[in-house]
Amino acid sequence: MKNKTINVDYLSRVEGEGALRVDIQDNQVKDVKLNIFEPPRYFEAFLRGRDFREAPDITARICGICPVAYQMSASHAMEDIAGRKIGGPIRELRRLLYCGEWIESHALHVFMLHAPDFLGYEDALQMAAEYPDQVKMGLKLKKIGNALMDLLGGRSVHPISPRVGGFYKVPTRQELDAMVDDLKWAKDASLETVKWVSTLPFPDFEIDYEFVALRHPDEYPFNEGRIVSNKGVDIPLSEFEKVFEEEHVQHSTALHAHRKNGGPYLVGPLARYNLNYDRLTPTVQKAAEEAGIAETCKSPHKSIIVRSLELLYACEEALRIIDQYAKPECPYEEVKPGAGRGYGCTEAPRGILYHRYDIDDNGAITDAKIVPPTSQNQEMIESDLRSYVENHLEMEEEELQWKCEQIVRNYDPCISCSTHFLKLDINRK
Amino acid sequence: MDNNQKPKLAVWKFASCDGCQLTLLNCEDELLAIADKIQIAYFPEATRAVVEGPYDLSLVEGSITTPEDKERIQKIREESNFLITIGACATSGGIQALRNFKDVKEFTSIVYASPEYISTLDTSTPIADHVEVDFELRGCPISKAQLLEVVNAFLFNRRPNIPSYSVCIECKRRGTPCVMVSQGEPCLGPVTQAGCGAICPFYNRGCYSCFGPKETPNERSLSRQFVKMGYTNEDLVRAYRMFNAQSDSFRKESEYYEE
Ligand code: SF4
Repeated sequence: MKNKTINVDYLSRVEGEGALRVDIQDNQVKDVKLNIFEPPRYFEAFLRGRDFREAPDITARICGICPVAYQMSASHAMEDIAGRKIGGPIRELRRLLYCGEWIESHALHVFMLHAPDFLGYEDALQMAAEYPDQVKMGLKLKKIGNALMDLLGGRSVHPISPRVGGFYKVPTRQELDAMVDDLKWAKDASLETVKWVSTLPFPDFEIDYEFVALRHPDEYPFNEGRIVSNKGVDIPLSEFEKVFEEEHVQHSTALHAHRKNGGPYLVGPLARYNLNYDRLTPTVQKAAEEAGIAETCKSPHKSIIVRSLELLYACEEALRIIDQYAKPECPYEEVKPGAGRGYGCTEAPRGILYHRYDIDDNGAITDAKIVPPTSQNQEMIESDLRSYVENHLEMEEEELQWKCEQIVRNYDPCISCSTHFLKLDINRK
Repeated sequence: MDNNQKPKLAVWKFASCDGCQLTLLNCEDELLAIADKIQIAYFPEATRAVVEGPYDLSLVEGSITTPEDKERIQKIREESNFLITIGACATSGGIQALRNFKDVKEFTSIVYASPEYISTLDTSTPIADHVEVDFELRGCPISKAQLLEVVNAFLFNRRPNIPSYSVCIECKRRGTPCVMVSQGEPCLGPVTQAGCGAICPFYNRGCYSCFGPKETPNERSLSRQFVKMGYTNEDLVRAYRMFNAQSDSFRKESEYYEE
């Protein structure tokens, strides 16, 4: 078998639409293309002329899996134009809402999308026949994340309460207290999840990534911080476009990001974890030690452990916030930006989500730029695939195809976001 | 139950954000029970298994925006006994239908460095513009309870119980004081189909109509009220041009105030 083409027409268990095509010629990988055929939806174009207050609701519709991330990045960018920093209980509630989204999204990925790959099932429903306890635990965790978003946001897909300046309505102490028992259960369940996923069979494989994530002086990052990497980047948000660039490649309606004059980089749980290990709580650090990945983890497969650790972190952080909560007098602060430019960058479950807006005197958006996590990871995914295929050219077609899909799912790509999904094509010629 | 005796469900995606199909996965308490009664034959967001058609029920998310998708939906219709569209994208063209009011070439050049790589239609249109649809489930996103109701109804061959009255009725039921009257907040609730549970007014904000126009809406009288509350023509155009901009009556109303 010298020449070969592998095709995955529709990559399943990733959010959105995409396909993967690998060309092999004379036992050498010629080309790897992650083919995103999500049709363009033109958000950056139709945002022009809209009121700055509409950006959180509109951009949420870019991705139904991480709408909170869009609402947070957009709101912070508008507040940045006005030169405002929202602190106090509103800031804490935003972190709490984000905890809800991380719990929902990570539980979905760990149990429903990723774990079946390690155990050889096509989906979580099949897995449920032999692993009913795990699947039920995952669903319950997911439900608790959603319940937190329902309470703070009004609903979990496209929450309606967040706004520029804060929220339309904030919860009462009693409403939050009612979440505590569930979150305590979720914390214990997350600890069990870490233990369970760390016993999954992992290939011995590491990558020397450039990790990129937010870093905050004293918190594990959600909404604030500088953009840093393990290879020399340490910049304020306003310099993102100076250091990173997006390229429009022919096979994709998503734009690919990389470092200017440099290579691919990685955002998401692995990046956050490696760059912010010291900001995690003692419980999470101890669980990481027991899982054997304390401080650093460079294995894309083990991202399932890191996601579980973040799940644990989000539960603990949610409990801390609720414990210290004092209801703010007004659910939002009035923000009135004049003409200007502002930046927002927050940690979506899949990594940093960058927004930049220009607005005019009337508060109308004149220019918008949005760089989602998946378009930032796409080059990295392609390069990971290329090296895997190169080293496994003799593998049976069907197995290789499944393995390639698994590699893609390691990165939890959310394709809707990056077009702003998948298909595997392995061509052996 | 043996898979071969279960009705086959397929979930399809067109231009969308995945939020409506996620609603199915968000049925955490019902999901295992559903999978017991129904064969999930095609749902790439949840499983790599693919069972060939025909399908008893297809759920379609997203709008038609490319020449390929225009053809793909025809094939899906042929393979489906019932076809239900889910969400504003599929029922009215979604937020991406904002392109219908602008020049798409210009839009492409704003977003993409190499416009020649992009093949797209000038408009984003609902599925019902292209094939016969058995039921349209509204919302951006759809409601979980309504989704379960519709799936149940079609599998048991009865009419789904989905009301077509306005969000106002839901506010009254919930005991939420009218935000227009009590807070002076412009609210699209009076012209918007119920289904969300009137969450926005409950959270102290006016409805922005993610469920789209109700049966026989009276937009003009509401618009006049908005004007009294300080809305300019541009504000009105923007209000009707959100997630259901391409639905007939909202499009007409926005065009009226554009002139
Ligand atoms: S209708 Fe709204 S929630 Fe549903 S897919 Fe479209 S954008 Fe997403």
